[in-house]
Amino acid sequence: MTKEKRKDFIRIHNVSKHFGDFVAVDDVNLTIGQGELFSILGGSGCGKSTLLRMMAGFETPTGGTIEIDGVDVTALPPYERPVNMMFQSYAIFPHMNVEKNIAYGLRKDGIADNDITKRVDDMLGLVQLGDFRKRKPDQLSGGQRQRVALARALIKEPKVLLLDEPLAALDKKLREQTQFELMNIQDTLGITFVVVTHDQEEAMTLSTRIAVMEKGRFLQVGEPKEIYEYPRSRFVADFIGTINTFEGKVTAAHDDAITVSCPDVVAPVHALRDTDIDIGQEVCVAVRPEKIFISLEQPEDDGAVQIRGVVDDLGYLGNLSLYRIRLETGRMIQVSRQNRRRSAKRFVEWDDEVWVSWRPRSGVVITSED
Amino acid sequence: MATTGESKTWRRVTVAIPYLWLFIFFLLPFAIILKISLADPIIAQPPFTPTFDEQGGLSITIDNFLFLLTDKLYAITYLKSVVMAFSATVLCLLLGFPMAYGIAKTAPSVRSLLLLLIVLPFWISFLLRVYAWMGLLNNYGVINNTLMWAGIIDQPIQIMYTDFAIFIGLTYSYLPFMILPLYATLERMDLDLIEAAQDLGASRTQSFWDITWPLARPGVIAGCLLVFIPAMGEYVVPYLLGGPESLLIGRVLFDEFFVNRDWPLASAVAIVLLLLLVVPIVFMQRNDANLEAAE
Repeated sequence: MTKEKRKDFIRIHNVSKHFGDFVAVDDVNLTIGQGELFSILGGSGCGKSTLLRMMAGFETPTGGTIEIDGVDVTALPPYERPVNMMFQSYAIFPHMNVEKNIAYGLRKDGIADNDITKRVDDMLGLVQLGDFRKRKPDQLSGGQRQRVALARALIKEPKVLLLDEPLAALDKKLREQTQFELMNIQDTLGITFVVVTHDQEEAMTLSTRIAVMEKGRFLQVGEPKEIYEYPRSRFVADFIGTINTFEGKVTAAHDDAITVSCPDVVAPVHALRDTDIDIGQEVCVAVRPEKIFISLEQPEDDGAVQIRGVVDDLGYLGNLSLYRIRLETGRMIQVSRQNRRRSAKRFVEWDDEVWVSWRPRSGVVITSED
Repeated sequence: MATTGESKTWRRVTVAIPYLWLFIFFLLPFAIILKISLADPIIAQPPFTPTFDEQGGLSITIDNFLFLLTDKLYAITYLKSVVMAFSATVLCLLLGFPMAYGIAKTAPSVRSLLLLLIVLPFWISFLLRVYAWMGLLNNYGVINNTLMWAGIIDQPIQIMYTDFAIFIGLTYSYLPFMILPLYATLERMDLDLIEAAQDLGASRTQSFWDITWPLARPGVIAGCLLVFIPAMGEYVVPYLLGGPESLLIGRVLFDEFFVNRDWPLASAVAIVLLLLLVVPIVFMQRNDANLEAAE
């Protein structure tokens, strides 16, 4: 998450893609810097894969241009673009062994045989598949196949590597491990990665920046922390993690904060101010579950937002516990709490009367209608 | 234990059924044909000498096979049949591959309709379909009349009763047998593979020869065998569309059996035909196994 300004490398300019009446990608603009590990995050059918396929050259945009390293590639066929893609299905050639799969791209470029052997060796080392070079794809595990796909896409040293749901087919443990390997490889080679994923956790861990996509448009583009802590719309807030939202009217605006009066919260909510907000405007205050404290006694912090509630449900997840609290208005909110101590007795029980509270800085004001 | 014993018996029965089938309907008739091919023709019922004479001694002869070797006509006919069946197979492959590929790549709703159209001719008797070709290929048939009406030719072209007519007839008759197995392999193929090849620098032509063709090979082999084998022994097409001098082995076989009533010679012709067919099958399978091992 480096702050330094990177050189603009990929420029997506007013790109649209229509399939008949359906608008898959709707007039999108985006610049990705050199060496970034950029994620496009969204649910299925949001247009993220179509956008990736347009970068790879498998789809022609209905409108707009795509530029990679200063060259307009919009009209170039896939085999003439300085990009390679790792497919979600891995698309490993079933009739070739690991070695031949990896060497395929170099062979198509007419590279000398001994040079190919050397580069394949290096690549096999990088993805730790040296012992499997003669294996056929059907003799490999899911994780190994994923590495073959990665090695095959990386061996041509593309300017950009496109990854379509690179980890979706792996089980959870392997996925976590592979995430870090991907990041290491990206760091070693310095190639710009563009990842398409529906998994917000994956996007959060991997990326330097994330673009959240919905209905063919970008809702927010930013660093993972920015997207998580300062979601600009309710969709983004909801898509990345869980969030409690309180609708209300702005009653007062101060230099660094505003007061919002919400029907669910008796006391006014102080939330950090970010954009221009008028008094009387309908807004939404959003607070992450882990930023809400739960206590049996009324907290002594006067500045905090405090509400009374009843424990409706609780769930023990091991490292943390989730609580669903029913407020006096009947509204449910979610609170999470780390289980720092091991104790046989639960901290609160079902139907306990509790106080929930949060620091005014913990809330975010969302003005967007989405 | 009773159940395992029972399932074991059951397993044996299921395995035995195909073997029994092959034994009764392939090996046994083959043995009978082989036995007849080693006899002498006589005018009697049945029209060949018994394998064992009255004293119980073995009475066999290889005269029939020797005759096949000495009479050049048979060698030429075999060769001609191989060439004809081979060319029809190649043409079927050239026509069938794009068709199968096209069908496999269309939307599933259209696909079943196209497949139905491929299979539709089977609803009409094979004999009738070949007859229909006579109507098309005749000197005053549809093709010649159309060409003359269009002013392209002023004399009918002789197509009917030529080898070319047989070639057309064979290709037409066996094209579906090429298309169906090809379709089955192409339909299963993952389109991502072709995109991946293109992504790695292969042009459309290269991705076809690197990916599509090798992956379609099982279908190609199956299709070629399904066309070549029956085309080799085809009798109806050369009989109806070919001229009196266009002798193919299927027709010779028929004539020896039913016209000359020389069953032993006809059986010898059939045995040699079978051997000729076994060669390409074994070759194809060996080739396939070698390729598998090499990669």
